[in-house]
Formats: sequence, C-alpha cells, structure tokens
Amino acid sequence: MRVVGTVALLCTLAVPVRAVEIPPAERRSGYEFMSRETRAMQDDDAANPAMLWVLEGEALWARTAGAGERACRDCHGDARSSMKGVAARYPAFDATRGRPVNLEQRVNACRTERQKAPALAYQSRELLALTAYLGRQSRGLPIDIATDARMKPFLDAGRAAFNRRQGQLDLSCAQCHDDHWDKRLAGNAITQAHPNGYPLYRLEWQGLGSLQRRMRNCMAGIRALAPEYGSAEFVDLELFLAWRARGMKMETPAVRP
Amino acid sequence: MRGVLVGAAMCVAANAVAADSIPESLTGARGDPVRGRAIIVNRHLGLCLLCHSGPFEEQRFQGDLAPDLKGAGARLSEGQLRLRIVDNSRVNSATIMPAYYRTARLARVAPAYQGKTVLSSEQVEDVVAFLSTLRD
Ligand code: HEC
Ligand code: HEC
Repeated sequence: MRVVGTVALLCTLAVPVRAVEIPPAERRSGYEFMSRETRAMQDDDAANPAMLWVLEGEALWARTAGAGERACRDCHGDARSSMKGVAARYPAFDATRGRPVNLEQRVNACRTERQKAPALAYQSRELLALTAYLGRQSRGLPIDIATDARMKPFLDAGRAAFNRRQGQLDLSCAQCHDDHWDKRLAGNAITQAHPNGYPLYRLEWQGLGSLQRRMRNCMAGIRALAPEYGSAEFVDLELFLAWRARGMKMETPAVRP
Repeated sequence: MRGVLVGAAMCVAANAVAADSIPESLTGARGDPVRGRAIIVNRHLGLCLLCHSGPFEEQRFQGDLAPDLKGAGARLSEGQLRLRIVDNSRVNSATIMPAYYRTARLARVAPAYQGKTVLSSEQVEDVVAFLSTLRD
C-alpha cells in the first residue's frame, strides 16, 4: 500500500509546471535590485563609466567612414532628435531580410549598404559605442516594439528559447527569471532579465557589454552551448525580452553589478 | 533484486530506483563525508550553495531557492538522498535542481560538458555520506 501511495504521488508531481509570465504591475528593472552606490553610479553621468562609450559613439556618429565617405550624421542629422526613441523600438522588422534585426544589425546594415564600410564586430568598441550612443537617445522612453503578425513567429521562437531547459544543469531562462526573480543565487539577486539598459557597463566586466554578451554569461552558467553572436536565435530572444519588458523605461547606458 | 548499475554509462538503471530511493551505492562503497562537505561548499563543483543554504557557518553567500540542508539526513534515508542527488527530476519533474548523475535528456550542453555528469559516482557517494550526517 505504501509503495502504491508513493507511485501515485510521483505521478501527480510529474505534471510539468509551466513558468508564469510576470504580470506588468510586478515588473522591475534590474536597477531596482542594485545597491544604492551602483544606482548612484548609473544616475550620475559624471560617475557612469558607460558615458565614455557614449561620447565615443557621438564622435563616431559624426565621423566619415567607408567608400561612401559619409558619416551617420550626413544622413540622419542630429541624433538627439532623429534617433530619439529608435533604440526603444528594436529589434524591429526588416523587410529586406524578412525578419527582425537588432540595433547592432541595423547599424551594420547602414555601414555596409550606405557607408560602404566593413561591418563592425560584435563586442567591438565601435559597435558598443554607437549602440550606447543610440540607446542614450531613448533613455527614459518606454520600450515599444512592434508586435504585428510578421513579428509573431519570431516572438514565439524567442519565447520558446526562453522557456526551454538547456545545458548540463538543465535550466531554462524562465525558471530563474520568471519563477525566482525575487530570490538569490548564492549572494546575487536573480532579477527579471529585462533588456532595458543595454549596452551597459557591468562592474564584473570592467567594461561595456551587449545584451547578447549578458545572455552568453547566463548560458555559460548553466553550461549550455551559446548561439553565435548575431544569430537569428539570439535576435529572437532579444525580441522576446523586449516584448516582456514592453512599456518599461530605457536606461541605456545602465550600470549593473 | 540487486540494484543494477550500468557500468560506465553514467546513468542509473530504472530497476535500481525503488520508487523514491536508490538503495545501493553507485560505487559499491561508502562515500567520505569530509570530501562530501567540501564538494557541497565548492561553488564550481557541487554548486549546491547557489540554491541551498545549510549548516556551513563559514560560507557567507548561500542561496534561498531551495530548502535548507540542515536536518536532510534526518528527513531522508540514504537511498532517498542518493536519488535526489542522482536525478531529482524523478521525484519532481518540474524541479530546478540539476541531475548530478545523468547525461540523458539534456539539450544544448556546452561542448566541454557533453557526455559528462556534473559529479562522478564517487563524488555522489561522498555527498550522500555527508548529507546523512546532517541529523539535526
Ligand atoms: C546613406 C544614408 C545613411 C547612412 C550613412 C546611415 N544611414 Fe541609418 N538609415 C538610413 C535609412 C534610409 C534608414 C531607414 C530606412 C531603411 O530601413 O533602410 C536608416 C535607418 C537607421 C536606423 C533605424 C531607424 C528606425 O527608425 O528604425 C538606425 C538606428 C540607423 N539608421 C543608424 C545609423 C548609423 C548608426 C549609421 C552610421 C554607422 C547610419 N545609420 C548611417 C540611411 C543611412
Ligand atoms: C539550481 C538549484 C539547485 C541546486 C544547484 C541544488 N539543489 Fe538541491 N534542491 C533544489 C530544490 C528547489 C529542491 C526542493 C525540491 C524540489 O524542487 O524537487 C531541492 C531539494 C534537495 C534535497 C531534498 C531536501 C529535502 O529536505 O527534501 C536535497 C537533499 C538536496 N536538494 C541536496 C542538494 C545538494 C547536495 C546539491 C549539490 C550537490 C544540490 N541539492 C544542488 C534546488 C537545487
């Protein structure tokens, strides 16, 4: 009888429990989990180390590059007005590719197609500087990605990737970031994994990093195979993260521990 | 009915799992509780304190994602502890606790870890031996 009881219990427990998406009212930026000192660093441009990249991005914006001999500014003018709110809409649908592209890919499309300059590598100082500068023009504005029918398959793919268990430790992003964001992994707050501060200065990196770099860190932690930088899979994940964080204010360039 | 270990196959045969426990040692020998404690507090090897807390006064940062390990040896038999370390998903399929001695049913494992269990059979026995000493 006891054995039967145990078996029945095992069967009940075997029903998979799906992660619960965070209701809008409970969403919290990574900022809210930080110490007072780290928040102060993000809030004060003079103390925020990421501002070095923003300044560099501002210079690159105005600098002629490639065989086209044109600068970003030659087409777009003053980024403070022309690029206001742009980063908050990425990843965005790109009709040529028939799929969403992230801000890095958008910048590189302008470089290769319009400036006739080589694409910038992920994590290169220039690409981080330009995306930080663009992101800065959306600071304080709400994430506002398109979610029409064209985007849906990619959003669904991103959601599936977020919910899929992976790696030797067999964990999904959702198991930590949806189900346990109010808990601590060893000494560290787990947080909700919102993308609203990228690219950002991470104290652990001693430098600026992209959202994909941050995702790769989590993948390494669960001993999972990370997709290539710029792969469709990563962009779909970025899209899902942006959707999850829709309406949240951009903080780029943020600071994180 | 002896529990059958599938030699080097790094998994425990289903018939070695009696309902809620793996009664027999994976190595045929008893583990070493001193080594087991060291594995548990090691954040790169056991990883246990990322999620669990426990009676490890010298460890500053402990997790709060999982039950305190204090008293685990009083709540659970040695065989029950072994099953939970080997593959806790057999107790709770939705668990977040990694299976420490299983290589099947894993997706997208990083190349350096492919085909490898998180802990060796000896290490699992060391951990079980230590947990069994946590009686109050
Ligand atoms: C020769 C013209 C030209 C140059 C140079 C150029 N762009 Fe663009 N850019 C465009 C056009 C046209 C569009 C919008 C249409 C499209 O999708 O092609 C665009 C779109 C963008 C967008 C998206 C705006 C939105 O509302 O979605 C960003 C961001 C951007 N460019 C950044 C840059 C950056 C950064 C550089 C320099 C590295 C640059 N561009 C250089 C012509 C240019
Ligand atoms: C990623 C999180 C995580 C890690 C890492 C982890 N555990 Fe667990 N463990 C849990 C959770 C959550 C439970 C609660 C039961 C469940 O989810 O099935 C649990 C349950 C247990 C139990 C049963 C506790 C009881 O009182 O019933 C034991 C014993 C245990 N873990 C030991 C360990 C040991 C030893 C390690 C490292 C070798 C470890 N765990 C690593 C999350 C984890």
